[in-house]
Amino acid sequence: MDFNYLTIIIFLPLAGAAIIALVPGLSSRLIRYVAAIFTLVPLAISLGLFAAFDRSAGAEVFQFQEKVSWIPAINANYHLGVDGLSLPLVVLMALLGFLAVLISWKINLRVREYFAWLLLLETSILGVFVSLDLLLFFIFWEIEIIPMYFLISIWGAGRKEYSAMKYVLYTLFGGALILAGILGLYFTTDPHSLSMVDIAQTDLAPLVTSIPLAAIFFLLLAGFAVKLPIIPLHTWLPDAHTDAPTAVSVILAGTLIKMGGYAIIRICVTIFPQATQDYAPLLLTLAAVNVVYGAAVTLKQTDIKRLIAYSSISHMGFVLLGIFALSKVSLVGAGLQMFSHGIITGLLFAVAGIVMHNTKERNIAKLGGLARQMPAIAVIFTIAGLGAMGVPSTSGFTAEVTIFLGAFSSNVVSGVPIFTIICLLGILLAAAYILWLLQRVFFGPALAKFNHVIDADRLEKIYCAIFIALIFLVGLYPMILTDVIKTGIAPIAALFGG
Amino acid sequence: MNLELLLPELSLLITAIAVIMLDLFTERKGLLAVVSIVGLAIAAGFAITMWGTDPQAIFNNMLAVDNYALFFKLLFLGIAVLVILVSVDYVSKFVHFRGEYHALVLLATLGMMLMAAATDLISIFVALELAAISFYVLVGFLKDKKSTEASLKFVLLGGIASAVLLFGMALTFGFTGTTQLPEIALAVHEMSAQGLLSNPGLILGIVLMIAGFGFKIAAVPFHMWAPDVYEGAPTPITLYLSVGSKVAGFAVILRVFYSAFALPETLSLDWGMIFAILGAIGMTLGNVVAIQQANIKRMLAYSSIAHAGYIMIGLAAIGLSIGLSPTTDTLAPLAQSSILFYVVAFALADLAAFISVIVISGKLGSDQISDYAGMGKQAPLVALALTLGLISLIGLPPTAGFIAKFYIFSDAVNNGLLWLVIIAVLNSAISAYYYLRVVKVMWLNEPAREGKVPSSLALRLALAISCLGILLLGIVPTIVMKLAEMATSMFGF
Repeated sequence: MDFNYLTIIIFLPLAGAAIIALVPGLSSRLIRYVAAIFTLVPLAISLGLFAAFDRSAGAEVFQFQEKVSWIPAINANYHLGVDGLSLPLVVLMALLGFLAVLISWKINLRVREYFAWLLLLETSILGVFVSLDLLLFFIFWEIEIIPMYFLISIWGAGRKEYSAMKYVLYTLFGGALILAGILGLYFTTDPHSLSMVDIAQTDLAPLVTSIPLAAIFFLLLAGFAVKLPIIPLHTWLPDAHTDAPTAVSVILAGTLIKMGGYAIIRICVTIFPQATQDYAPLLLTLAAVNVVYGAAVTLKQTDIKRLIAYSSISHMGFVLLGIFALSKVSLVGAGLQMFSHGIITGLLFAVAGIVMHNTKERNIAKLGGLARQMPAIAVIFTIAGLGAMGVPSTSGFTAEVTIFLGAFSSNVVSGVPIFTIICLLGILLAAAYILWLLQRVFFGPALAKFNHVIDADRLEKIYCAIFIALIFLVGLYPMILTDVIKTGIAPIAALFGG
Repeated sequence: MNLELLLPELSLLITAIAVIMLDLFTERKGLLAVVSIVGLAIAAGFAITMWGTDPQAIFNNMLAVDNYALFFKLLFLGIAVLVILVSVDYVSKFVHFRGEYHALVLLATLGMMLMAAATDLISIFVALELAAISFYVLVGFLKDKKSTEASLKFVLLGGIASAVLLFGMALTFGFTGTTQLPEIALAVHEMSAQGLLSNPGLILGIVLMIAGFGFKIAAVPFHMWAPDVYEGAPTPITLYLSVGSKVAGFAVILRVFYSAFALPETLSLDWGMIFAILGAIGMTLGNVVAIQQANIKRMLAYSSIAHAGYIMIGLAAIGLSIGLSPTTDTLAPLAQSSILFYVVAFALADLAAFISVIVISGKLGSDQISDYAGMGKQAPLVALALTLGLISLIGLPPTAGFIAKFYIFSDAVNNGLLWLVIIAVLNSAISAYYYLRVVKVMWLNEPAREGKVPSSLALRLALAISCLGILLLGIVPTIVMKLAEMATSMFGF
């Protein structure tokens, strides 16, 4: 590759942020357009890469690679590349980054800072997905904390400062463990290496180490688990989601928590196949807890955003199930679920944001009958809800069915079918909380106090339509993604005989 | 006589005297700062020309001229330039003694430069006292209640620390019969061959020296002076104490323990573990107590106590790396340059933080964190610089602090100190709480009063230099890493 596509994708938003922050005298309107352009171009390039990605059997696993020596003293490289696992997430982030700008169009408070932080956030998340060097990966992983802190604590709602600080501390503690794990890994390899690709190809087991490999595995896993999140490390998520501004909730649910799932596959599973297999039953237990407990708690929520946030925890349980069932199909399902959850929950948060913005109300008990006043929103919300329930023809269905089929048939870990059956409960509970939510918010008698409430405007309809089109596209023609995801999963599944 | 090898120090001494003389004859006191900076630049020029030459011992092995010393000399000179720059506004408040102020800053610099070069217990002590006495006076320069109290406290505790250090040196001399570091190393080696190493007298000497040096670097449990002195001293001097005096302390410790007490390896293991434990306690205590501070200078004092703890991880790693590699006769060249990188990164971050504090507190007349409300609106660039400095102190990318931590932690993991690194990384996460509290107050809270915060050109220049440094080291750390490696590989004596 002569042309540094990936560098351009990840640093264009940063360039946009720099322009917005540093060029004096930009009007709010102009700032919004700058932000839109600097997210639209990376989206276009990422779609181009998606189209150009070589899906054939003999193709290289990591494509569009860039590698420049960065800190020779510790053998750190500026090494980027995408495979079938990360490419869909890159596209997803680029898409959500652009949509987040549209969703934020009505932000009027400190516009300049808002869009600068939003674009910086996009750069850091994209960086996480394309880094193939552990140090570079970790740097992007940590950079994301700063924009998130400001975005939640300034433009959020409710106990925003508390939630922002909670988010930062959880992430930093997770990051601390990851850093310790990365260092442990670095000194285990000989010669010392920070390259994910090289380490994954080395058999670590015979290396003499002072630190047990399982310890490194758990240090890294614990750090990633905070992000996914895996219960009991999840308590930051409902707070952060609830109090974050809408666009940030979309990104948070859409891609930020996927960093955890992605990193577990890319680092924990790929580099430590033995430990992964040994401890898979433990992780599957946690997955089942995530699914069932998350869904049960979702039922009890009274705040519309908090409800969606808890449903994310349940859905991430499916991802965890797909990963640690360790069969090829279930891993592909996990990748698909990450993408699918990103668009479905992204849409749910986006519409919930519109509902809250237009009605000035977020308590489910006080909402009701909105289908009369905002019919378009009701339809959009219902479609997104159906996706979250996993109704056939939506992406949610395809992803979850792939996970369940893969997990059932997995012969890598014993006892997977039991966990799978427990997790199936999650689907049932999802139908319950989604339908009940729809009923309480949109149906029933119309309330007089909402008579003046307006429906979605044109811009809102446009971005919702993009989400919906994607939900059905992936639901009806999943090949478009699974083709790509398979190329990334195949070498990983091969580690477990899949 | 090898006077030409002492040119940086001599030119600095001459500048200091010239500043005092000039003060008598000129009414334009601004000239004093200019002369000081020119003097520092000349000294730096001499130091640069010596960089990379073969290590030499001068004055009967009292001082070494090697890259290690030159690295620190240049660092101190650079810091001193920034200190003089940020003092420009500050000293204009003084009616008297402006010449003395500049001269004392230069003399403290001279003392620290000699500390980095000293290879004999006597020259170490003299250099240390030269720096310390200059600081005693500078701390009390404001002559108000707090400043005087701080100065008195500093003198008394510093005096005790010097006595303890001297006692440790005397014991070491008593058991080895020499004050020169390389010869101490030989004597210790012989003692170990004769099975005399477990002698409690020598061990006591080493422990007392750790205590004496520990005072200089504000290591727990010898840190009690730091918060009061930091709070009471003029802020530019607080800054200088935090980044200059502390770094000089580490320069001495590293040289003494590496050249004199490195072999046999059991001894290295011993002091390596002592530093590991002191470091773990220091960073935990510093970070936890910093959470409760309402005064930003006190908060930064505890933060710098915590950072002394992080740097000691590097010392522990060196001790253990010598201890774990079985080379009994010859000492391998010092592999770890992470401490040197860390002190540079720490100095830059602390500079950015303190300079912003000087600007903001100068306008507010208060060091209370709660008064910093709304600074993001009133002085966005200064608030941004302070934010950057604090982020670097937390150790978040893309700042120098992150690379420094990564570098020093990786040395520790490499030498089997994973437990210490886990304590340290968790500590970094704790520290985020109090650093970000300042950030929060500045950017989220509404300003109490209206009005812009003025800052002089000199302050802005100093701030820009430190911020650029933070980002430069955070994104392309290779240059400074190379320099640090050269400095440790040419470690002469």
